Amino acid sequence: MQLSLASQNGQAAREPGLETSPLAIRGLTVSYGEKPAVFSVDMTVVPGQMTAIIGPNGAGKSTLLKAALGIVPPVSGRVQVFGRPLDHQRGRIAYVPQRASVDWDFPTRVIDVVMMGLYRELGLLGRIRGTHRQIASDCLDRVGMSEFADRQIGQLSGGQQQRVFLARALAQGADLYLLDEPFAGVDAATEKAIIGVLKALRAEGKTVVVVHHDLATVRDYFDNVFLINTRKVAEGSVAEAFTPDTLQSAYGGRLATAQIDQIARPA
Amino acid sequence: MLIDALFLQMGYNATLVAIGAALLGAASGITGTFLFLRKRALVSDAVSHATLPGVCVAFLVLVALGGDGRNLAALLTGSAVSAGLGLLCMNWLTRNTRLAEDAAIGAVLSVFFGFGVVLLTVIQTLGVGRQAGLEGFLLGSTAGMLYTDALVIAGGGAAVLFLVLLTRRPMTMVAFDPEYAAARGLPVSKIDMLMMGLVMAVTVVGLKVVGLILIVALLIIPPVAARFWTERADQVVILAGVLGALAAYLGAAISASAPNLPTGPIIVLMSFALFALSLLVAPNRGVLAAVLRHQRFQRRLHMRQGLLALAQDQTIYEPLTLRLLSRAGLVRADGVATRSGQARAAKALRDERRWDILRRDQAQEAAAALYDGLREIETVLTPDQIAAIDREIGTPKEAF
Repeated sequence: MQLSLASQNGQAAREPGLETSPLAIRGLTVSYGEKPAVFSVDMTVVPGQMTAIIGPNGAGKSTLLKAALGIVPPVSGRVQVFGRPLDHQRGRIAYVPQRASVDWDFPTRVIDVVMMGLYRELGLLGRIRGTHRQIASDCLDRVGMSEFADRQIGQLSGGQQQRVFLARALAQGADLYLLDEPFAGVDAATEKAIIGVLKALRAEGKTVVVVHHDLATVRDYFDNVFLINTRKVAEGSVAEAFTPDTLQSAYGGRLATAQIDQIARPA
Repeated sequence: MLIDALFLQMGYNATLVAIGAALLGAASGITGTFLFLRKRALVSDAVSHATLPGVCVAFLVLVALGGDGRNLAALLTGSAVSAGLGLLCMNWLTRNTRLAEDAAIGAVLSVFFGFGVVLLTVIQTLGVGRQAGLEGFLLGSTAGMLYTDALVIAGGGAAVLFLVLLTRRPMTMVAFDPEYAAARGLPVSKIDMLMMGLVMAVTVVGLKVVGLILIVALLIIPPVAARFWTERADQVVILAGVLGALAAYLGAAISASAPNLPTGPIIVLMSFALFALSLLVAPNRGVLAAVLRHQRFQRRLHMRQGLLALAQDQTIYEPLTLRLLSRAGLVRADGVATRSGQARAAKALRDERRWDILRRDQAQEAAAALYDGLREIETVLTPDQIAAIDREIGTPKEAF
């Protein structure tokens, strides 16, 4: 196994490794123009747990996720999903993009968006059957949105839109869930609904990776953290890797020392 | 004359043209919908203008080989080649330079079209035989359309429709959320290329009928008009096909009813008429509906404010509020509340107090979020819940 450039906590021996990890990234570099957004990053996601990707604005959190999914092309590096190349495992990954990435005036209803999660089952010409509708409305139910099934998506609040995106991911029935800032700008009820769904997924043995911005909730929500600031800063369980020290080196001067101490203090 | 044309009584040729145009209209409306949803409508304008040099070069080659310069299939092949080149140029420009797509569209459109016009002028000065039909490609001309020409259009249209049917799901997914589509392993750039290829096919097939300058209208106006009527992508697609077919059919029939009426512009005017109709009268998204909705809202607002003012014995100066209240029999001409006005005002004030209580109750967060100053509390709470709140407020001062 290739060693990380930024590996600091020497936990390589305990890592599940390339063959078994739901998402293993090695030496990944992504560049917009000639400025690397993510530089030579290694990441090994622990199966059946929830991991937060944390870092300051512009640290490459979303880019890391997008490169892991092949949405943006990497300059170098390698991605393995459940021990195999990404393209063989597309069916096992569900992605929840940032809400702002689409036009919400698009002519489509909530149920149609969720149905997009069933793309593989439907194929090019397959008819939408009762079973498909049932799956879609079950997924809407899980995020507490079943009464909105026939609404045009533009009529939803931001939090409701986020829940629809989550329902679409649930419809895929995937094993690995990658979410990009699902808690950004949502109401308290939505945050509660989303974290409830994610914890239920974990209880089913699924793996969840979340780009997260709210340091105050990291301890409550996640098992592991992955700190990034273009390079990897730290990776590991919350107890090991979410410390004043690692936060300081990820955020630098952007967080006051007092703030860091308060956030990183174990509850 | 016109009536005859509309009911296909104008003879063989006009009937052929009208049916061919309708097929083309359906194919372009449907294809155009995906372009419109992908927000790349103007790409079709560049594609269509890029056909001109191809048409001219094909004509020159045909004449040089001693053939008939007006062989439609050959001319269309030429146009497809140069449109394809234009498309590749545009893709290359947006991908490998810092030019944005709109700038690339402008560059490709003007250069290709300029080159085509030069070739057209050269052909005219050469005076080689029977070039007269070529200007027809600019604005569309159905005069002298042959049975084989109609077959080309029908066949092309049918092929496009079949491909759209086959790829509608991935194209819709890419149009709505390209990142999600890519994450699912869909080949986004290939799907985009396919969409452009379909647009190119429609453009080429439609050159003879609508002309290259105006084919963009047949690709874009029907979906834009269809969007007013529905909130579902699949219905927009179907409706755009219907509107496109209708506009093209009407336009072709009308232009056949009088000599020297260019087909393309008439078809465009017909689709504009359908667009204007949709813009005005469509429910929900239409302009009239929006105006009516705003007026209703304004009245509810004034009514509510007026009632609250009455309840608190404030003088109302706002003329609209007074007019609404007096028309409803709630105030007299001098602005004093009538008996029913007093009752309604008391209820309005009481509802405000009920909302106050409701919004302080954390358990009722969802219901409280519905407060907007206008909503009747009865639509949010059951009579029992309202009674419970009333007990909290205390004895009502007066019944209503």
